[in-house]
Amino acid sequence: MSISMRSALHDGGVVTRRNILKMKRLPDIVVFATIQPIMFVLLFSYVFGSAITVPGVSYREFLMAGIFTQTVAFGSANTCIGLADDLQKGIIERFRSLPMSRSAVLIGRTTADLLNNFFVVVVLTGSGLVVGWRIRTGVLDAIAGLVLLLLFAYAMSWISALVGLSVRSVEVAQSAGFIWLFPFTFVSNAFVPTAGMPRVLRVVSEWNPITAVTTALRKLFGNTNEQLAPYTSWPDRHAIPLAFAWCVLILWVFVPLSVRRYRIATSR
Amino acid sequence: MPAIVAEAIVKTYGRVTALDSLDIDVEEGTVFGLLGPNGAGKTTAVRVLTTLLRPDSGRVEIAGIDVLAHPERARRIIGVSGQQAAVDDYLTGRENLEMFGELYQLPRTKARARANELLEHFDLAAAADRPVKGYSGGMRRRLDLAGAIVSRPRVLFLDEPTTGLDPRSRNDLWEVITDLVRLGTTVLLTTQYLEEADRLAGDIAVVDHGSVIARGTADELKRKVGGERLDVVVAQRSQLEIAAATLRAIAGAEPVVDARIREIRVPVRGIGALTEAVRRFDEIGLEVLDIALHRPSLDDVFLALTGHTADAATNP
Repeated sequence: MSISMRSALHDGGVVTRRNILKMKRLPDIVVFATIQPIMFVLLFSYVFGSAITVPGVSYREFLMAGIFTQTVAFGSANTCIGLADDLQKGIIERFRSLPMSRSAVLIGRTTADLLNNFFVVVVLTGSGLVVGWRIRTGVLDAIAGLVLLLLFAYAMSWISALVGLSVRSVEVAQSAGFIWLFPFTFVSNAFVPTAGMPRVLRVVSEWNPITAVTTALRKLFGNTNEQLAPYTSWPDRHAIPLAFAWCVLILWVFVPLSVRRYRIATSR
Repeated sequence: MPAIVAEAIVKTYGRVTALDSLDIDVEEGTVFGLLGPNGAGKTTAVRVLTTLLRPDSGRVEIAGIDVLAHPERARRIIGVSGQQAAVDDYLTGRENLEMFGELYQLPRTKARARANELLEHFDLAAAADRPVKGYSGGMRRRLDLAGAIVSRPRVLFLDEPTTGLDPRSRNDLWEVITDLVRLGTTVLLTTQYLEEADRLAGDIAVVDHGSVIARGTADELKRKVGGERLDVVVAQRSQLEIAAATLRAIAGAEPVVDARIREIRVPVRGIGALTEAVRRFDEIGLEVLDIALHRPSLDDVFLALTGHTADAATNP
């Protein structure tokens, strides 16, 4: 391992520890990050679920993969807000004056948020099981699904990192961190099947990474069948490799962009 | 060897020139004061010197290291404490210092020991395991300063270290800084408090509009403005006239008499005028309530150099 790689991991570890300590001292962040998806499960299951029917599978079964994907996507806003907060409080300026790796602050932030997401996913799994959702495949598929979900969460964090380093204040981060997530997550098959959407929206949604991840999770958890998704489109048929590919592509683009942004973020 | 050399640093933001060919050189082991009002370019200068900001042009060397070419090497030998105490609110004082130690690449056990040492030294041991959120302003500043010297830097940069502190905390912090200098650290500090530069810094550069407009020790700067003045308050109004005549003879200049408060002011040169006046008043048995040699303050210096007071520049 190269020296710069090792120092990135060491310093990233130190910053991760700091962010986790902060979460422990400010448990509200984790509490609300957990309440929100539970609320979504209940709202969609009992309010929307009573009106939406999807062919071939119960709506609650259909819903959970979408909730998982949407939750980790929205969870990435923590990365955005956390970095904007550090920028505003001058901590990042301090870090930049230290002889530490240039990517450590971002590694530390995204890693801590990954752990937070993991915790939220565990709670979400519990609440899904309570409302009747089940994993109908084997252990390996289930683990693959979990790995995909966390990989996607991690990739989304790096997009949010770029947003957080680009805004001028925490207040802006609080809206900017979320605003783009709404069309991104809702123009997808997370909550409703795409078949009924207008043509343009349908194409966008078919190629949306959220759709790829959601479909892949449905397949990996066994919450789908031929009747629901006749696998007509290419992205639908190849959802699992496509979902992993999206994650890698997002990381490949946004890790260097965010690190570059970090270098110049406070040097204005 | 000079600890800090900056030559012809220029930094512009659009049409605004923050640094206009700034030159600084600081000898190893000394305290250098960068004095100027808000917006003079002090913070920009510190950010350039500490690798946080790249100037448009110029050269910066710290302990012989070319800062623009090798910022990562420079970071290993400098410590920075900024205007805003950049410590983590949710971490305890100890956790903050341990984190900085590890990021300065100290092994964990060493980082821990160093944190303990600093907490003791900075009088923070009692609060060491409380989150920083509950610290007072003075405690936060001390912790921030402790964070800046975790790795025993050769060169320490302090950007307005006491801005916003009450007089007592300010005094405490001054003592801490004086201690560091005694141990051989080179310090560059910025301040808008003229008293602070006077008290801490050997060499002072007065900065206005991004360049150095005057340079010297506090005394040299004051002398540049000239105008030492003898202020005398006599006990009885009836003695004003004879006192004024005596002072006129000593100073060779016309005194200004304020009969209402029985005060006479006369421009003089040097401490000799004071002793001479005391001797003569004594000879003629003239009772003096107060006699003082007034040297111009750095406020006077600033006014004379820039045509405006430091405060006026702060609130244009």
